[in-house]
Amino acid sequence: MKFDLAGQGVRELNRFLHGPDSQGSVVKVDNPSGSHNLAVGALQNCQVTIHGHVGYYCAAMNQHAEITVRGNAGPGLGENMMSGTVRVQGNASQYCGATAHGGLLVVEGNASSRCGISLKGMDIVVGGSIGHMSAFMAQTGRLVVCGDAAESMGDSIYEARIYVRGKVAGLGTDCIEKAMEDEHLNELEELLDRAKLNYSAKEFKRYGSARRLYNFDVDNASLY
Amino acid sequence: MCGIVGLYTKNPDLQSSLGSLLSAMLIQMADRGPDSAGFAIYHDPVGAESIKVTLQGNHDTDWKQIEQQIAEGLDPAVKISPIATHAVVTLSVGGDKAIEWIDSSLKTVRMTGNGRSIEIFKEKGHPREVIETFSLQDMTGTHALGHTRMATESRVTTEHSHPFSTGMDLCLVHNGSLSNHNRLREKLRADGIRFQTDNDSEVAAGYLTWRLKQGATLKESMQAALADLDGFYTFAIGTKNGFAVLRDPIACKPAVLAETEDWVAMSSEYRSIAQLPGNEKARVWEPNPATIYSWERES
Repeated sequence: MKFDLAGQGVRELNRFLHGPDSQGSVVKVDNPSGSHNLAVGALQNCQVTIHGHVGYYCAAMNQHAEITVRGNAGPGLGENMMSGTVRVQGNASQYCGATAHGGLLVVEGNASSRCGISLKGMDIVVGGSIGHMSAFMAQTGRLVVCGDAAESMGDSIYEARIYVRGKVAGLGTDCIEKAMEDEHLNELEELLDRAKLNYSAKEFKRYGSARRLYNFDVDNASLY
Repeated sequence: MCGIVGLYTKNPDLQSSLGSLLSAMLIQMADRGPDSAGFAIYHDPVGAESIKVTLQGNHDTDWKQIEQQIAEGLDPAVKISPIATHAVVTLSVGGDKAIEWIDSSLKTVRMTGNGRSIEIFKEKGHPREVIETFSLQDMTGTHALGHTRMATESRVTTEHSHPFSTGMDLCLVHNGSLSNHNRLREKLRADGIRFQTDNDSEVAAGYLTWRLKQGATLKESMQAALADLDGFYTFAIGTKNGFAVLRDPIACKPAVLAETEDWVAMSSEYRSIAQLPGNEKARVWEPNPATIYSWERES
């Protein structure tokens, strides 16, 4: 299946990806030219390859689909993804993977500010570096960074785990470095393997919540 | 929301198509700003003793009469070239005197920009209409900035549209909103900076004018703006020989930069850059927060 966005509309592509006919299909998308909302809300198990740069919210709300972008992505890549795999071979702009619940998002280049903000369970693996305020208030899920992290990483973080191979310019409030146990090395090896990035888990440091900012007491569970 | 575009030609062969390339970029940003549009284009520089001034009137403006008024009161050698609601005036008298005279003497038109090579055009309406009004697609030049406006802070009028002049051959376009513009405007007014509207972006332009008048360089002025302007912004600033880009430290307003051997471009979104020849081979990146980027050609 081929869509050429030089002539066809984004809705035509997305309607196909929402419908049952896309189940098991292989979809090639040409001439995206930075258009918004490409492959948003894909619902079926299918393979989508977009040849070129994409605009806002590409692959947002994805379920099941395997989406590859052979270019850079604009803001909101993979926002609120539920499952499936999204891979960008270039860089991703602001707030990629924001609020996402499940699946795997791989950015082979750099991801800019607020990467994984309010993450709710998805895994994000970035081959390069991430911008400021990444993983802000991230609740659960994992963020792996093979390069460096900019200021205020993990500010007000809940239970998401962050692994960074390079330098961290600054940690946000209540985010601390934590020990790498076998459990963490194992999960990191598996994530790097799934992302097809050839680094050793031993090169990374782990960061997470100091749990001083929020107070959860199991005895008070009925109050929450 | 607003859209910003900028294009700087490194390869002189592109100068003849600058207007058509900027038009294509600006139309891509129409969704981000359908209320009004404007652009600054740098071309045909006049000699050191002369100055170009762009005046904004309306469809009924009698440019012959304006020309006569300038010839009698300021410069008998004045040349005036009307382009739709605007006109470019070439004067053979020095900068400050001419600008002060125009500001105080011409009551029916207002100045949008001045310098040796800058011309600034802006109007209400969809960017496509504004481009057609001024025939931007036929214009030539070395570099240009454009803006599409979705008004958030103040009214939709031609006066409230971008670019705003910040001095000789300088202008500013803004995507974002400033929160301390009212107090800052009063402070700058007290220091002699004139404002034509209650627009927040005009205060950013006025702020740079004020710093430059105090003797700061453009880079120093932009550095100082990071401390003194509160709010969200991606600015593109046109200079005589190039342009500069600055984002606030939070950097939630988008910006993309791209460079090839033939050109440097900036836009709010990649889709404008996708209109340029050779874009597929361009180096494309997102400018870092609170970091000044600038390009200058040797004058």
